[in-house]
Amino acid sequence: MEMETREKKRIRVEANTEPSESPFEALSEEILFLILDLLDSNPLDKKSFSLVSRSFFAVESRHRRSLTPLRPELLPFVLSRYNSISHLNLTLCPYLSDASLSSIALLLGPSLRSINLSGSRSFSHRGIECLANKCFNLEEIDVSNGVELTDEAAAAIGRMSKVERVRMRRCKKVTDLGIGCIAVGCPNLKLLCLKGCVGVTDLGVALIAVKCRKLRSLDVSFTMITKKCLPAIAQLPNLQDLCMTGCLGINDKALVTLKQGFKSLQALDMSNCQNITQASVSSTLHKYPSLHFLNLSYCCPVNSMLSGLHGVLKLNSIKLDGCHVSADGLKSLANSCISLKELSLSKCSGVSDEAISVIVAKHKDLVKLDVTCCRYITDLTLAAITSSGASLVSLSMESCTKVTCEGFRLIGRHCPKLEELNLTDTDLDDEGLKSLAQCRNLTSLKIGICLKITDEGLIQIGRSCPHLQELDLYRSIGITDKGVSEIALGCSNLETICMSYCTSISDESLKCLSNCARLNTLEIRGCSLVSSVGISAIAARCCNLSKLDIKKCYEIDDAAMLSLAQFSHNLRQINLSYCSVTDVGVLALASISCLQVVTMLHLSGMSADGLAAALLMCSRLMKVKLHVSFKPFVSPVLIDRLESRGCLFQWLNKPFQVQLESSEVWKQQSHDIFVE
Amino acid sequence: MDQKKRSSFTYPPRNNSPQESFNPNYDCPQFNSQNRTESPYPYDTPSQFFNSQSREWDPHALLLNLSFLEQKIHQTQNIVREMIRTNEGQNCNISELTAQRQLLTTDLTSTIIQLISTAGSFLPTIRTSLLSGNAPITQLGSSIPSASSGLSPSAYQPNPSPDYEELTKGWGENGVESADQIQIEDLDVKEGEDVGQDGDTLPIGSYEVLQLEKEEILAPHTHFCTICGKGFKRDANLRMHMRGHGDEYKSPAALAKPAREPGSQPMPVKRYSCPFVGCKRNKEHKNFQPLKTLLCVKNHYKRSHCEKSYTCSRCNTKKFSVIADLKTHEKHCGRDKWLCSCGTTFSRKDKLFGHVALFQGHTPALPSDEVKGKNEEINDKDDSGGVGYNDGDEYLDMKGGYFSPMVNFDSFSFEGLDEFSRTTFDPTETSFSFLRSGSPDFARKDPGN
Repeated sequence: MEMETREKKRIRVEANTEPSESPFEALSEEILFLILDLLDSNPLDKKSFSLVSRSFFAVESRHRRSLTPLRPELLPFVLSRYNSISHLNLTLCPYLSDASLSSIALLLGPSLRSINLSGSRSFSHRGIECLANKCFNLEEIDVSNGVELTDEAAAAIGRMSKVERVRMRRCKKVTDLGIGCIAVGCPNLKLLCLKGCVGVTDLGVALIAVKCRKLRSLDVSFTMITKKCLPAIAQLPNLQDLCMTGCLGINDKALVTLKQGFKSLQALDMSNCQNITQASVSSTLHKYPSLHFLNLSYCCPVNSMLSGLHGVLKLNSIKLDGCHVSADGLKSLANSCISLKELSLSKCSGVSDEAISVIVAKHKDLVKLDVTCCRYITDLTLAAITSSGASLVSLSMESCTKVTCEGFRLIGRHCPKLEELNLTDTDLDDEGLKSLAQCRNLTSLKIGICLKITDEGLIQIGRSCPHLQELDLYRSIGITDKGVSEIALGCSNLETICMSYCTSISDESLKCLSNCARLNTLEIRGCSLVSSVGISAIAARCCNLSKLDIKKCYEIDDAAMLSLAQFSHNLRQINLSYCSVTDVGVLALASISCLQVVTMLHLSGMSADGLAAALLMCSRLMKVKLHVSFKPFVSPVLIDRLESRGCLFQWLNKPFQVQLESSEVWKQQSHDIFVE
Repeated sequence: MDQKKRSSFTYPPRNNSPQESFNPNYDCPQFNSQNRTESPYPYDTPSQFFNSQSREWDPHALLLNLSFLEQKIHQTQNIVREMIRTNEGQNCNISELTAQRQLLTTDLTSTIIQLISTAGSFLPTIRTSLLSGNAPITQLGSSIPSASSGLSPSAYQPNPSPDYEELTKGWGENGVESADQIQIEDLDVKEGEDVGQDGDTLPIGSYEVLQLEKEEILAPHTHFCTICGKGFKRDANLRMHMRGHGDEYKSPAALAKPAREPGSQPMPVKRYSCPFVGCKRNKEHKNFQPLKTLLCVKNHYKRSHCEKSYTCSRCNTKKFSVIADLKTHEKHCGRDKWLCSCGTTFSRKDKLFGHVALFQGHTPALPSDEVKGKNEEINDKDDSGGVGYNDGDEYLDMKGGYFSPMVNFDSFSFEGLDEFSRTTFDPTETSFSFLRSGSPDFARKDPGN
């Protein structure tokens, strides 16, 4: 049926167009659809495609199924063009009113399958009711962060009988009554996220468990649930994923007295459940026979529990962040687990070379290892890791200060599959960096606070890691324009770069980086050599730029803001404290309609009137940080108005501080804090 | 276990018969095994104490047991004879006597236990036989006090012809009616427990049963002035009233609370019967449960057998026959805020959720009922809103059209926004006056538009 109508439309389109020589007109819609199927990676490709001809435009309109609008004001137009959208992501539209939702419901109607409203706080239950009435095929709805949403909104969701996935993080006003409406009204529910819904108690959760038997994933993190609802949850036949992060009502008694086991449970997250102890966990492990993933971060000391893991045959991923683990405990972990793929020991005290060696020797398939802040591990660990297998894809060893050049050389030589590497605050130097350049699949490299690295090493990275998407050079003060330009040349996929406090960086770097068309995050805090020229270059060529931090770049002035206003229509977050920007620049910035988060402290050229005008113009602001001295000069009516639409004002009282600390001093100070 | 409870715990104060002598021995270690064998279900519990006794009936073992018993009884006989002899001699001290008595008790008890266990070891129908065997003990225990309490149970009058005056006087002094000797067999454990809920449990026959007529129960007053006939609810009020009839009623003695006659016997315990035939509280009922006080009679009769004439003024649905009940209800009326979609209200949230969990299709209802009406209103206006939204060229021009969403939203009844656009947000307001002078400049310099 659908194919028929498409065919008719195609014929009509062909009949209407004047006979032309364009070879594109000869392509059938099916072929164009196939082409469009392959154009998913870059959103701009589809845009170019639709600009080829009228028929291409029409085909693209019909082909599109999912949409992430950047501006809510264009929604009616966009939706009347794309009227067969089934997945609508509105996270970038912070001020969605009930009227917008009702127009969406009218325009899309039954074709809408999934909608994400998590970025907006300004709609109410009436908007959701409109969706419930018109979009009866809706399967997925996300109303997270709707802190003002009430039980009526939940009741409206409960009227969507086909809905399968409901996410309502931080809906603080929703209570058991609303959850009860969802439980009764949505029998097909498979996923429910109630994270931070503090109004929800045992009664609501138990009712969900009784009524929604198809539930697979349940997130009750940071709620007030106690042991009373656990028996009901345990009876869910298909539950695979249970997240109970920060549930202080869950204690030993709750775990031990539970008679049934969670037969189907695959992932269990009990991080931050501070009222449970290892004794109860180890005595109840046999109740989770199909567990794959266990998270006990920031929970309790876990030593004696780790030997009990042999009962959980399928366990392959475990997170013990912030727990006290002894070497013996880790050894028994190595012996009791059959096949470990992911292991996170971030901030665990007691992790030693020996323990890690035992683990990696037994589990050669280890893909992901996080030993952040395990300060006692040395090159021996890396030798063990690299000698036992080369399957490691992600390695995080931030602040492992005892690892030397030899260790990094081993990583470079033996871990060819490595994609994510975090070596922040280590003793990395150029030699090590050159060795790491052998990991050609790197997509994310974090080498901040490595004071020894220079351009020499970075050039090598730029030449040999073409897939790099994220690069962190925070306070790596040896880096200059030369290294960054090599990165910009070699890593054209770069999306995120942080060069804060790399004081040698100048406009040259930014001009080179403007070649990276996908760049969306740029942090150059404290790079005092950068001027408006560099920012203008970035603004002109990196049209995806959404996050910009230029705090303490004293040379940047209104010209940069004007360029940003002209080109960077996707800019969402900016910090321009201490810049030489005046009212003109601020007002120009305010014309960027997507702007959501602005930090403007100590702008010498900004007046109170300019600020008020800018605030009035910024229709989509979500969060504004301003110096407290401006507070008396901004009309309270204006503040009230913005706050009523969900904007958050933070009035800071930070002292004016021009001088930058030297990074060596800063590093020493931060280490002193650790020692204390 | 049930049986044990029944025999020794249902009537704890009355256990002055053989059972009592049993009880101390439960603590005695040397009787432990025998206590086990006393268990009423010897075949259900494969206890190690039975391992020596074969499950099949062994006549030899029985004979052995019986001869052992015989010896034991002889032994006890000897002890008693010895006791009689020493008693006649009058030359024993008290401690020796008590020691002998204890020995006797112990011996008797062990004999009994041995007898029971012997019987239990071979009788296949031991369960029923033990049960019925113990029941008479219970009856014995409960019937003893009724006999020993000194009350001679008089014949029960099925239809008393009560005189009003006589009855009101009779409450104090003489038991007008007394309890019938109710068949003890009727009393089973369950009924005993029911009675127990009323407070102190009295065995049948240990109290008088009074029955008032309907008119008396419903009479507003119970105390009447002998001179003018005026009725009062309280005796104290009557005494106050009497002062108006003459000086003789003003004396402290007349005004004082009438004391019970000194030297008289303690009042027999009284219980009340409901005059409604067929009621469980009526004494003719098979499982009669007496009412404890006069007030209980009044409330029971009004609640159970009278029309509910008091209606709650708040909800206009709940009706009561006792005004105190109405007052209690009115305190909580309207607090049944937990409402189900079926219309049932609950005073507690967990009750509502239990109800919703039990029934298919029932939903917790939100407190406000206007939700639906508002919803329809919105839908009507949504259409206009959608249209206005569609032709919004101004939407694209953020400078010019900034307030235009507000204009469109005027057609909506959203309280917050409405209020805002009408009252607070006036572009000509002084606090924004700088915009008129300043904004053109900014706009010209602004490359964004």
